[in-house]
Amino acid sequence: MSLGDSSSPIGRARGLGSAREGGEHWLTERVTSIALLLLGTWLLVSLLLLPKRDLATVLEWLHAPSGAIPMALLVVIGFKHALDGTKVFVDDYVHEPGNNFFVNTLLLFLAVAGGAISLFALARIAFGGAA
Amino acid sequence: MVVSILHRATGTALSIAGLGVLTWWLFAIASGPDAYASFTKAATHPLGLVVLIGLTWSFFQHLLSGIRHLSMDTGAAFELGVNKTFAVLTVVGSLILTAVVWAYLLGVVK
Repeated sequence: MSLGDSSSPIGRARGLGSAREGGEHWLTERVTSIALLLLGTWLLVSLLLLPKRDLATVLEWLHAPSGAIPMALLVVIGFKHALDGTKVFVDDYVHEPGNNFFVNTLLLFLAVAGGAISLFALARIAFGGAA
Repeated sequence: MVVSILHRATGTALSIAGLGVLTWWLFAIASGPDAYASFTKAATHPLGLVVLIGLTWSFFQHLLSGIRHLSMDTGAAFELGVNKTFAVLTVVGSLILTAVVWAYLLGVVK
């Protein structure tokens, strides 16, 4: 199954496969994966390079735009990629339409909630005075 | 086959546990010293370390097998020998990188 799979030229042009949807999801998952390759490596290297990982050091790091902005991107793109990835997993193994809808909706709510909590925390860190 | 399953397993682990820990950690930083101390206590507990080391390995395994999948999306590396070598390398690479990171973090290597 690839982006080009389609029986009609218009379908191919729109990037739609035989399921009439999914091409965009497939591509998004890959584009976000490349972003996360960079952002995930950034997070790990940054954590390793910090002199200490105590509260004061971490606050100072994430208070600065150079820490807060990549971290915000990591949160948003990370949750999006996790949602896209787990949807593939769920669609492969949970076939009954009602259960499939339930699990995918639950994961969507979890991802949006997790993203909102993380971004709220990050905003508090970045815009808070006590750093 | 095994590496493909690992890609899904590590992806699921990173989605649930990885983003869970990230969210908890960010919220603890924003909440102040007490919350951060609770997080640190859990993270440095032997069980917490097992989770963090597991997540580090999951990250590297998912990253390397992800690169493998991206290159296979272009139609490359479907020959049996090349494919298998690439698959084995993702596991070897993820284990080595995890060992290096945690040797550094735990102070084995300065």
